Amino acid sequence: MTTATAVHSPLVVKDLKVYYHTRRGPVKAVDGVSFELHRGERLGLVGESGSGKSTIALALMMAHKEPARIEGGSIILNGSNVLDDNSEQVRLRRLSEIAMVPQGALNSLNPVMRIRDQVIDGLKDHNVSMSDGEFANRVAELLDSVGLHRDVASRFPHELSGGMKQRVSIAIAISMNPSVIVADEPTSALDVVVQKQVVQTLRDVQERIGAAAIMIGHDMGLMAQFASRIGIMYGGKIVEIGPVSNIFKNPKHPYTRLLISSLPDTRSKRRLEGIPGLPPSLLRPPPGCIFHTRCPDAMDICSQEIPPTREIDALRYAACHLYGDDDGKVVDL
Amino acid sequence: MTTAQLDRSTQEVENEPLLQADGVSKTFVSGTFRKHYTRALDTVTLSVPESPPTITAIAGESGSGKTTLARTVLGLVEPTSGAVIYRGTNVADMSRAQHAEFRREVQVIFQDPFESYNPFYKVDHVLRTPIRRYNLASSKSEADDIVEEALRTVGLRPEETLGRHPHQLSGGQRQRVMVARAVMLKPKIIVADEPVSMVDASLRATILETLRAMNRDLGISILYITHDLTTAYQLAENIIVLYKGRVAESGSVDSVINDPTHPYTQLLVSSIPQPDPETQWGREQEARDEEEAEIAGCNFYDRCPLRMDECTVSDPPLYRTAPNRITRCYRYADSPVHLAPDLRSVFAPVGSD
Repeated sequence: MTTATAVHSPLVVKDLKVYYHTRRGPVKAVDGVSFELHRGERLGLVGESGSGKSTIALALMMAHKEPARIEGGSIILNGSNVLDDNSEQVRLRRLSEIAMVPQGALNSLNPVMRIRDQVIDGLKDHNVSMSDGEFANRVAELLDSVGLHRDVASRFPHELSGGMKQRVSIAIAISMNPSVIVADEPTSALDVVVQKQVVQTLRDVQERIGAAAIMIGHDMGLMAQFASRIGIMYGGKIVEIGPVSNIFKNPKHPYTRLLISSLPDTRSKRRLEGIPGLPPSLLRPPPGCIFHTRCPDAMDICSQEIPPTREIDALRYAACHLYGDDDGKVVDL
Repeated sequence: MTTAQLDRSTQEVENEPLLQADGVSKTFVSGTFRKHYTRALDTVTLSVPESPPTITAIAGESGSGKTTLARTVLGLVEPTSGAVIYRGTNVADMSRAQHAEFRREVQVIFQDPFESYNPFYKVDHVLRTPIRRYNLASSKSEADDIVEEALRTVGLRPEETLGRHPHQLSGGQRQRVMVARAVMLKPKIIVADEPVSMVDASLRATILETLRAMNRDLGISILYITHDLTTAYQLAENIIVLYKGRVAESGSVDSVINDPTHPYTQLLVSSIPQPDPETQWGREQEARDEEEAEIAGCNFYDRCPLRMDECTVSDPPLYRTAPNRITRCYRYADSPVHLAPDLRSVFAPVGSD
């Protein structure tokens, strides 16, 4: 990655490490993650439970709590490192520069406040001053943009369905035109029809305001529908990242390959193959490649050396000892 | 003709059912002063034969009644009308001995394996309790053998599983322990209520494959309750799509999912996020009325993109559109009305595909 693109990218995460400090030692939930989010793109970060994906979402929002601590790396948002900011600066940058669409299963809205007041609250918190009429217009405009009727403004969360609540969360997230939207499992616990509507709404508004989006989740199907690029996480690291079509058509990392072949579809019935073994302990991660204990292609070197990340083809990076200098040069993402 | 007479005519097709939900309905009542009635399940008749072992998917969104149907079949919910009949006896009228047999032969696997465990007990407890309750072993070593064999059947190594607390196992392992527990009792039927929806993708395939092996190798019939049409397609032979407690469409899983006829099934299928970037979601929209209208007609009217005037007049019957297909939609009014209540009468025979 050249510095020229870095300047123009709304978000550059470099060698991020987030550890949970427990009595038994640090749990390395995120261990050296680097990626860059390009202007207007949709990046999917996909991983199973314990892969560190949700911890990344929290760290990006600086919303991680003890015992989680950021141990190293940088989060460059619109050119300046969030980790250098004080708490007031962080508060002001949330919503205006980076905003979060929370998990669908969480009730993130305040149950005793009308929708209108919850939207306006965020704006006032960021010192937006408008007349009451202007605030009302802005709320109506935001509800319109996520496909909700303006009347929703005067309702309470309990009067809305799960899908409508998630649309309200999207409306709040875009209320200050952030350059980055982070959506952490935004449709968990929603029915499949509503899930499609919410994800399409998220995509529509993201395109309209020109923000870049990161969607975090475990559903490869949703990623295929939403993302232009995906990063595959395993044991606190990104093991492969690249354009969504390349990843699905021609996965390079053995974990990605197994993950994709484990997905059921509705085209042909076949024997379903899971991935044998268990996710690694992040308290005592195995030496060498974090995946070698479950990898069908593991070689001697895999238990000894951490594989470097190589650029296998255009914009596609994988960290695996199967690939050498002939396959792609080692890069420092 | 009464329901009973119709039943007899359909039962001639195959042998006596092992388990039958006979016209079961369930209405939940809420509210103290102004009673609010919710019809969670509306006159569903479904039987499971003694043989051959079948896998039937019961699919729908939240509020479809799929879990109510599962719980009714298990005898956990008493139907408001209709009956659940096991080996010829109404579950509500069973003697203690009959009920014990029913409880052993019809097993359940729930969605969240964590909730089925007491966190303070080791997983051994989950497996040993049923052995004691049903007197499956005469000695400790025989009990050990049963537990270990059941664990191996579901692909777990006993030495890595026993002696651990639930939190020391992965979600997939916990769910497989629950399958092992069910299998140990040598059931005839397993009701699996969203068994993989909380499990990671890489382990999901293993659990579904385990269920398939239980069906194939041990002759256990499976009722697979799910919101996920993709896994239903992979696992089941036949499917029942429920909408607001009513059967919207039913038949062989291949034809229902690859060529859905009911607008609701079409909406569900087109909403599946296919794990293929080349197959993008379409932009088709459902009609969505702001408020749910209480109309006499089709219960899908307010969301239906293909609705017609006649849909508001009366509820459509089930039309038999093909030998192994029924659909509750007036657009198929040219097809004969399907009268036999038992959904099994439209199912494709096992091994037909």
